[in-house]
Amino acid sequence: MTNLKKMLAGALCLCMAGSMLTACGSDKDDSSSKKSSGSNNNGSAGATDENGDRIATTDMHGAESSEESKNTLNIYCWNTEFKSRLDKYYPQGTSLDLETNTLDDGTTEITAINGVKLNWVQIENEGNAYQTKLDDALQAQKDSDNKVDMFLMEADYALKYANGGVALTVTDLGITEDDMSQMYQYTKDVATETATGELKGVSWQATPGLFMYNANYAQEVLGTDDPAEVQEYVKDWDAFKETAAKMKEAGIFMVSGYDDTYRCFSNNVTSPWVDGETIKIDPQIKAWVDQTKEYTDAGYNNGTSLWDSAWAAGQKIDGKVFGYFYSTWGIPFCLLPNTVDEEIKADGSNAVEGNGGYGRWRACEGPQAYFWGGTWICGAIDSDNTDIVADIMKVMTCNKDVAKAITEGEQDYTNNKAAIQELIDGGYSNPFLGGQNHLALLTSAADKIDLSNKLSAYDQGCNEKFQAAMKEYFVGNLDSYEAALEQFKTDITATYGNLSTDF
Amino acid sequence: MKKKSISYAKWGYIFLIPFFVVYFIFSLYPLLSTFYNSTQNYVIDRGSIDGGWYSTAPEEEEEEEDTFVGLDNYSAVFSSDDTLMKSFGNTIVIWLIGFIPQIAISLILAVWFTDLRLKIKAQGFFKAVIYLPNVIMASAISFLFYTLLTKNGALYGLFENMADGKSILETVWGARGTIGFINFLLWYGNTTILLMAAIMGVDPSLYESASIDGANPTETFWKITIPLIKPILSYVLVTSMIGGLQTYDVPALLTNDKGSPTGTTMTIIMEIQKRKDSDVGKASAVCVIIFIISAVVGFAMMMASEEKKPKKKKKRG
Repeated sequence: MTNLKKMLAGALCLCMAGSMLTACGSDKDDSSSKKSSGSNNNGSAGATDENGDRIATTDMHGAESSEESKNTLNIYCWNTEFKSRLDKYYPQGTSLDLETNTLDDGTTEITAINGVKLNWVQIENEGNAYQTKLDDALQAQKDSDNKVDMFLMEADYALKYANGGVALTVTDLGITEDDMSQMYQYTKDVATETATGELKGVSWQATPGLFMYNANYAQEVLGTDDPAEVQEYVKDWDAFKETAAKMKEAGIFMVSGYDDTYRCFSNNVTSPWVDGETIKIDPQIKAWVDQTKEYTDAGYNNGTSLWDSAWAAGQKIDGKVFGYFYSTWGIPFCLLPNTVDEEIKADGSNAVEGNGGYGRWRACEGPQAYFWGGTWICGAIDSDNTDIVADIMKVMTCNKDVAKAITEGEQDYTNNKAAIQELIDGGYSNPFLGGQNHLALLTSAADKIDLSNKLSAYDQGCNEKFQAAMKEYFVGNLDSYEAALEQFKTDITATYGNLSTDF
Repeated sequence: MKKKSISYAKWGYIFLIPFFVVYFIFSLYPLLSTFYNSTQNYVIDRGSIDGGWYSTAPEEEEEEEDTFVGLDNYSAVFSSDDTLMKSFGNTIVIWLIGFIPQIAISLILAVWFTDLRLKIKAQGFFKAVIYLPNVIMASAISFLFYTLLTKNGALYGLFENMADGKSILETVWGARGTIGFINFLLWYGNTTILLMAAIMGVDPSLYESASIDGANPTETFWKITIPLIKPILSYVLVTSMIGGLQTYDVPALLTNDKGSPTGTTMTIIMEIQKRKDSDVGKASAVCVIIFIISAVVGFAMMMASEEKKPKKKKKRG
């Protein structure tokens, strides 16, 4: 008996230990995702009925959704950016009934629209975590009784969802070409299904990039903080390097870290990261590596990585970093909160010069036109609240007054040419940038954005892993570019098991 | 009486049912499917998605089924191109960095606390303090150390010159050392308490007679304490080894899942995590390999404790 007991106990222990080790390998779902159809060559060209007529995406329905799902608007997102925009600006443009709730800091949040309560599902974006969770939810959508209604996507992987047959076609929702006439063409290109040319998502912002610099350091080292004059010092990469050397003499870093100039190069590539199922290194990407290695060795950067605390600390007005490459969202989401000493109050009473770096930053075009980021709103096929999804899209991305209000209130560059033009004509000035009218700069940058043949569905993983592998080369843990490339190859083929490399 | 005990046993088995049901669904099935997946060419394309809405066309119905590839996944993860063997080495090194000081310091503390002559005061206080780090989550301590040691962190300046202007988390031995140190910090208290219990179980008359015979403390330690606490020592060794094999949270949080620098802090569990979203076949193969290693270690422990059986019985008697 004791032996039996012992054996039983031993067997149980082993089983427990074994199950601990294997639990992570078990998330196999029997969805159709396994087949390796490359993102760019998805064969489906929309759904058609037996007469060959197109079926509207809003007419596609799977399993009946539950009452609870019908009364909940499930929105997938990775940060609070869209939520805060919606809470603040949606009420002024909609005619639907809203229920709101006032938070401790004095802002109001929308809890329900037309009696349908809002449920924000927020998942970390880094390391493809958001994509993975969203994939699972969207693949289960057809058989699930709890429907995803709306999800957000980034340019780095927009192609995947635009081509994947999971998002509602915007025109099926009743949003007309006329409604969207003021949007930048590139914002539509990003979210257009390749095979059918149908638009799958809309964005409230256009994200042209600028170079934002510390006016105090510009004054100190270059003798001027006027954006037009400073632009001469950074007008191309040669001028940029000369200025970096001057900054170095004054003990100031030209840029904060390795990844800061990355988007300037990665948005000017001639071919996307992935062609078919092969990963390629574009000459522009290689140029970024060469430049960053040179800057690192020369001490032109502070050796930080994107988003880390030292990177953020450099944005203080005495942070010893001359400038940051930022897109329009960079001001409200990074630069402003990072540079002020005292958090900006809801009433804006401390949004004045003297509060840290408030009013002491300026923007200029920088050496190269680029864009960075942006968030697209998509409706999920089989959403049980398409009327609300349609209204949110229409109000947030097509309404000129809302667009104007967002730009004025958040320094965001909205995706509405008419709204921006009215603001410029009305003598817009941005107090955070010391009264500068940066919209004019952004407008000229936005017009230059062309994304044709630059995006692939694997960009997020490629960008993150490439930057991480190259960091090892920059800090000197790997002694050659080739070794770092080898590391990137190992990492990326583990992240995307179906891809191979040509290097 | 007999009848009663039999019916009690029946209830015992009935009460065991929930465990087995849960075990079969949540452990055994995943375990077996992991073995199955490890022999399949099972790759998820994370660059495409199909919600199933457009799949009316017949060619869409014919999906590529996973194909049986035998041991290909295993030979792939063991090939020289792959990082698995390197990560296995990393895991062992990181475990040793934590375990060696852990066992040494725990032994010293346990001996001091139980020494009849030292009679350390306020023992309860010291034991609580030593045990305290174990109460905090590993993730919390990892974040604490990350914040302290990262670039411009509070302790960054302390190691700046040593690490050649880098954060020590960007150097190979700095990063490995930090992970080992965190593991040490978390577990030495627990080990101390275990070893103290073992030493207190040793008959005090043995120590008395040893000192009457003129043995010095070193001799007492090596000739009496160590041999008599061997079962507990081997238990500590094996549990720590299995824990070490499964090291994941600390290195993943300290290096942001990257195993940086240059994959030298990548542990085998991180190898699974790295692949699980796309290359499921290979990730499963890695799982199975770890399972086999753990099973071998587990059986070694069972064999070792079998030998000790007669001694234990004597002690009880």
